[in-house]
Amino acid sequence: MAYRRGFLFICVLSCILAVTTGVHAGGYDAFKGLEGTLRISGGTAHIPVMKALAREVMTRYPAIRITIAGGGSGVGIKQVGEGLVDIGNSGRRPTDQEISAYGLRLHRWAVDGVAAVVHPENPVRSLTSRQVQDIFAGRVTNWKEVGGPDRAIHVFTRDEASGTRHVFWKKALGKGAIRKDADVVPSNGAMKTAVATDPAAIGYISVGYVDETVQALALDGVEPSLENVRSGRYPVARGLYSNTKGQPSALAQAFLDLLFAPEGRRIIASKGYIPADR
Amino acid sequence: MSRRERLVRKILGTATLCAAALPLSILIFMLILARPLLSSFSVSDLLTGSWAPLQGRYGILPMMVASFLLASCSLAVSFPVSLGCAGLIFGLTPPMLAVPLRRLVQLMTGFPTVVYGFVGVFLLVPTVRHLFHAGSGRCLLSALVPLSLMITPTMTLFFSDAFAAVPRPILLAAAAAGADPVQRFVWVVIPSARRGLAAGLVLSFGRALGDTLIALMLAGNAAQVPSGFLESARTLTAHIALVIAADLQSLEFASIFLCGMVLYVLTSCAALCAWKMRAATRKNSR
Repeated sequence: MAYRRGFLFICVLSCILAVTTGVHAGGYDAFKGLEGTLRISGGTAHIPVMKALAREVMTRYPAIRITIAGGGSGVGIKQVGEGLVDIGNSGRRPTDQEISAYGLRLHRWAVDGVAAVVHPENPVRSLTSRQVQDIFAGRVTNWKEVGGPDRAIHVFTRDEASGTRHVFWKKALGKGAIRKDADVVPSNGAMKTAVATDPAAIGYISVGYVDETVQALALDGVEPSLENVRSGRYPVARGLYSNTKGQPSALAQAFLDLLFAPEGRRIIASKGYIPADR
Repeated sequence: MSRRERLVRKILGTATLCAAALPLSILIFMLILARPLLSSFSVSDLLTGSWAPLQGRYGILPMMVASFLLASCSLAVSFPVSLGCAGLIFGLTPPMLAVPLRRLVQLMTGFPTVVYGFVGVFLLVPTVRHLFHAGSGRCLLSALVPLSLMITPTMTLFFSDAFAAVPRPILLAAAAAGADPVQRFVWVVIPSARRGLAAGLVLSFGRALGDTLIALMLAGNAAQVPSGFLESARTLTAHIALVIAADLQSLEFASIFLCGMVLYVLTSCAALCAWKMRAATRKNSR
């Protein structure tokens, strides 16, 4: 069933390009001599970085195949725990119970903000925490009450197993209620599509997914920018984890090392996340 | 009975037994996995309660209502359309039209539902939003239209097969009695194909009930009992797809097996009804 949830993101990157002989960048050297398939699944916030890194690796070493699937944080933890994938991503720290039950090793390689987003046509650019809580709880139902046009607010949220929902609910909504009739979407990508196609929508996505199709909102006057997430001024942030079951394979280890190498950090930063130290 | 025959009989008997045991074992498997939930809540609470896992409520009534409503309404929409299409293919229209129509219907049965879902997200949802001012436009109606479109070809094919199985002598007799093609279709072909029609209906109901992607992408997925077609709703299948990511040990996760059981029972009931209906028609025709 998991493949149904992550259908948007199941992208087996099979673009094998010409071999560039003799060119080896530092962090990619670790893949030299390795071959086989590396299976990755889980958190949808991780996907832009995973895809970019996989493309780099597979271009340099055609004997290596890397498959990336979505599914959400819960799926990532579950699948790596059961040995279905080599690396399971999660947008939240796995619970102590999950860590001990599966023997997980955590690798936190980036910090990611979660921003409330609206359609770019919506003139609202900033909300207070109170307003966000009221909107998501259903106490405020029209954009005009928060300085927007006279239009009913369409609230979009994620399923209960989502790491993005968890951090937004905890740090932006103060563990407050989310209205029952809010539309539920199954991934960061689906959330972006939903908000980008509905001028009256409000939702929340990983900052790495924000582009010109959606407008990220400032919270209490603080923009969810890279600097503000890094400095901690923007409070709705979480670590991005890649988890392995016990000792990772040589290929998985090389991939995880790459996330902390300068090349990897550059890609992480270019996708809108803040690289973390090991 | 020769030794060989006995052996074949034994092998076939075992195969039948296995085939029968498989669905039963699936039911038992779901029952076992749903046990954490069933042991802490009563079944009636679970089947009539609301869904609020953070408050410890794991009722699946909203999802059951949405699934049943969506499946039966899409059946109601596509039944007359399929009957008409199958009639045209059967011979109410010259072969020049009937043959391409049949090809088109066959082609349409192979369409993956995600295509309907995508078209729905970008075309249907904004249209419904503008036409009805219906919240975000993700609602039962937005899922109903593509779902009906999806099951119509399947149903049409079943119906035309049923029509094709009507014995020719009956048709000739009706023609000799002076019935024109439409009269023959309405008074002879449809009644004699009742069994096939029932089978087509049941299978299409199962397909509508079991489809996940259309509802997941278009129905909005709010876990509430829908009070109208313009309300956001979550079907059992979409619920399973959304909750599958939950922690393996959690009660939320156990609840998806309860949903599976409800789906199982609903489709079994539909199959039983069809079986009953068939038995009744057989008795009548004797």
